[in-house]
Amino acid sequence: MIPFWYIVIAILWTGFFVLEGFDFGVGMLHAVIGTDEAGRRAAINTIGPLWDGNEVWLIVAAAAMFAAFPGWYATMFSAYNLVLVLLLASLIVRGVAFEYRGKRDAARWRRTWDVLLTVGSLLAPLLFGVALAGLLHGLPINSAQNFTGSFWDLFQPYALFTGVTLVLICLLHGATFLCLKTTDAMRERSWQVARRVAPVTGAAVIAFIIWTHVTAGTTFFLNVIELLAVLAVIAAVMLVYAHREGFAFAATAVTIASCILALFVDLYPNVMVSSTSKAYNLTVHNTASPGYSLKVMTVVVIILLPVVLAYQTWTYYVFRRRVSKQEFQPSTPSSAPSPEAAPGAEPTPRPAAPSSRPGS
Amino acid sequence: MTNVDLARVEFAFVTINHFFFVPITIGLGFLTALLQTVWYRTKRDEYLRLTRFFGTLLVINVAIGVVTGIVQEFQFGMNWGAYSRLVGNIFGAPLAMEGLAAFFLESTFLGLWLFGWDKLPRRTHLATIWLVFAGSVLSGAFIMAANSWMQHPVGYVMVNGKPQLNDIWALFTNPVFVWGYSKVVFVALTTGSVIMLAVSAWQLRHGGDREVFTRSARLALIVLVPAILFTLLVGDELGVIEGKYQPMKIAAAEAQWTTCQPCSFSLFQIGGGNNDQTPTQIIEIPHLLSLLATNHWNGKVVGLNPLQSQYASQYGPGNYVPNVFIQYWSMRAMAYLGALVLLISVWGLWLLRRKKLATSRVFLWVAVWAAVLPFVMNTAGWLLTESGRQPWIVQGIMLTKNGISPTLSTTWLWISLITFVLLYGVLATVDLLLMLRYSREQLPPPRTEADADAPVAAVLY
Repeated sequence: MIPFWYIVIAILWTGFFVLEGFDFGVGMLHAVIGTDEAGRRAAINTIGPLWDGNEVWLIVAAAAMFAAFPGWYATMFSAYNLVLVLLLASLIVRGVAFEYRGKRDAARWRRTWDVLLTVGSLLAPLLFGVALAGLLHGLPINSAQNFTGSFWDLFQPYALFTGVTLVLICLLHGATFLCLKTTDAMRERSWQVARRVAPVTGAAVIAFIIWTHVTAGTTFFLNVIELLAVLAVIAAVMLVYAHREGFAFAATAVTIASCILALFVDLYPNVMVSSTSKAYNLTVHNTASPGYSLKVMTVVVIILLPVVLAYQTWTYYVFRRRVSKQEFQPSTPSSAPSPEAAPGAEPTPRPAAPSSRPGS
Repeated sequence: MTNVDLARVEFAFVTINHFFFVPITIGLGFLTALLQTVWYRTKRDEYLRLTRFFGTLLVINVAIGVVTGIVQEFQFGMNWGAYSRLVGNIFGAPLAMEGLAAFFLESTFLGLWLFGWDKLPRRTHLATIWLVFAGSVLSGAFIMAANSWMQHPVGYVMVNGKPQLNDIWALFTNPVFVWGYSKVVFVALTTGSVIMLAVSAWQLRHGGDREVFTRSARLALIVLVPAILFTLLVGDELGVIEGKYQPMKIAAAEAQWTTCQPCSFSLFQIGGGNNDQTPTQIIEIPHLLSLLATNHWNGKVVGLNPLQSQYASQYGPGNYVPNVFIQYWSMRAMAYLGALVLLISVWGLWLLRRKKLATSRVFLWVAVWAAVLPFVMNTAGWLLTESGRQPWIVQGIMLTKNGISPTLSTTWLWISLITFVLLYGVLATVDLLLMLRYSREQLPPPRTEADADAPVAAVLY
C-alpha cells in the first residue's frame, strides 16, 4: 500500500505538470504570441476553460501527501515555507489575472494584469522546480525530521537548474499547445517561438537528466524513465522542426511527464534526502500514514480518479476547437475600439450612464 | 510576539479572508443556478439576463476563493508542521477527498459553465452550474469534517501516544460536524441571498430595471428567510453540542467563571476578559443561557474556574481558559447580527406581500447596507469556534503551541505574514471594487425575438 501511494502522488504531480505546464507556457507567452489586445485575449482563451481544473491537480497532490505521507508533507512544506509563500503569491496573482484582466476596459489595467500573468507563470514552474529538486539533492534535516538549514540552502545549483529547465519545458509545451489551438498569424508565431525555444529546452532537459542521474548516484546507466525523457525531448525538437503539430505537443507532454517521473523514480524509496546524515533521510516508510488511512484513501482514489479523468477529458473534447483572434476583434469598426464589445464579452459596457445614477 | 502567536495570526488572517469568498461562492452559486433553472423552464428572457448578471458577480468571487483556497491547503504543512505530522493520517484524509471529490468538480465545471454557453446543449449547460454548486457545497462538507475533528476528535485510537484513524465514518457522523456543516450551508445561503438582495436593492434605488430586479429581490428573500432562520436554529443546537464537548468554549462565551444553575444571559457587559472575573452585566435575561447551552430551562453550565481545575488535573498544569473577551463579544456579534438579518428579511417579505418592495426607499437603503452584516457575522462565528478551542489545536490531544513547525524562524514568519497581508489586502480591495462596479452595471440587454432560440454567447476572458 505504501509504494502504491508513492505512485499515486508521483502521478498526481505528473498530471499537474502535463496539464498546468502548458498553462504556465501560455501565461508566459500570451503577450508574445498575441501582439495586440485581440491576440492576447485569444491566447488566454485557449486555456480559459481549462486552467482552473488543471490547477486542482496540484491541490490534490499536496492533500494526498498530507494524508498518505504526513511526515513528508510536514517537513517539505515547512522547509520550503518562504519558497512556497512566493509560489503561492505567483499562483494567486496569475489565477486572478485570468479572471480580472478583462473586467475593466482600460489599457493600463490590462497591461498590469498581463505583466502579473507573465511573471506569475514564469515564477511558478521555477519555484516548483527548486522545491522538487531539493527533495533529491538533499537538505539539512535532523533526526527528528525537521529542516535545520537557512533560506539559501534551498537554492542549490541543481535546484536552480531544475527550476530553469522546468520553465523551458513549460515554454515549449505552451508553444506547441498554442500551435494546436490558435489560427493564422498567431499559429505561425507560435511555431516560430517553438522553433526558437526547442533546441534550448532540448539541451536543458538532457543536462537535467544527466545531473539528476548523477545526483541520485545509483547506477551507471540511465533508467527507463530517464531514457524516455531524453528521447521524448529529442523527438519534440525534431517534430517542432518538422512542423507536426499534434505530435509535437504529444512529445512535449511526454517530456514534461518523464522529467517529473524521473525525479520521483530516482528519489524512491526516499522522499526527502537529508544532507546532514543518510540515516536521517525521510523515506516512504518513516513518513507514511498507518494502514487504515491508506486503505480508506485507496478506495476513494480508485473510485474518484477515473471519474475525474472522464469529465476532464470530456472538457477537453468540448473545447477542442481552435481559438481565432477574429472572435475578439471589435464587432463593428464604427463603435468604440473596445474589445469588450466582442461577442460573448462580459456584460456590455453600458452605452451612456443614465443621469439618474449618482455615485456609480 | 512569539512564533506561535505569529503563526496563529497568519492562520486567522488567511482563513478569515478565505471565508469571505467561500459563502458567496456557495450561496450565490445556488441562486445563480436557481435563476438559470427558471430560465431553462420558462424561457423568459429576464431570467437569462439575471443569470448572466449575478453569474458575473459569482465569478469575480470564485476567482479569489479558488486561489486563496490553495493557501489553505498548503499552510498546515508550512507553519503547522508538528500538527500535520501528528494528525495528517486523520485530518489529511478528508482534505484529499475534498480535492478529488469537490475541487475537481467545481473548477472543471465552472470552466464548462462560463465557456460552454454556446457549445453545450441547454440542458447540459444547466447541469454544469448545478455541478459547480455541488462541488462547492461538497468541499464545505469535507473541510468541516476535518475541522470538526479538531473540535471533537472521533474515530481514532491512540497508538504510542499518537492518534490513528480507525473509523472514517465517525468523522462524518460526528455531531459537531453534522450541526457545524449544516450551519455553514445555511450561513452560505444567507450570505449569498443577502448579497443578491443588496445588489437588487441598489439597482431598484438607482433606476435599474424595476420589474427584473424585483424578481431577483424576491428570489433572494424567499431563500434568505428560511436560510437565516435555520442558521439561528442550527447555531443554537451547535452551541448545545459544543457545550457538551467543549464546555470551556461556551462558558467563555458567557464569561461564566462560576458554575450556575439556572444561568442567565447578559445582553452586554462592561469590563470582563480573562483578568476580570466580575464584569458588570447589563440586562440579564434569566434562564436564557441555560436554554442556549443545554436546551433545558434549568440547565447547568459549569463555570470556567471549575473547568480549569478539572483540566489541570486531567492534562497537567497549564492555562486552559480561552480568550474570554473574544468569546463573549464574538458570540454576541454573531447572535445579534443574525437576529438583525432575520428582522430585515421578514420586513422585506412583508413589503413583498404588500407589493411595496420596489418603492420602499428606506427598506432598499437598509438592504443595501445589510450586505456588510453576513461578513461580520461569519467572521465572529469563526472567531467563536476557533478561538474557543484554544489552547488546543486538537481538543484534548495537542496544544496549539506544540503544533507549530519547530524550526521555523521568527523572521520567516514575519515575512510570510506581511506578504499575505499585503497580497490579500490588494486582492480584497480589487475584488470589492469590481463587485461594486459590476453590481452597478446595467443588466445585459434583452435579446430580440429572432435571437431567442440562438445559443447564448459564452463568457470569455
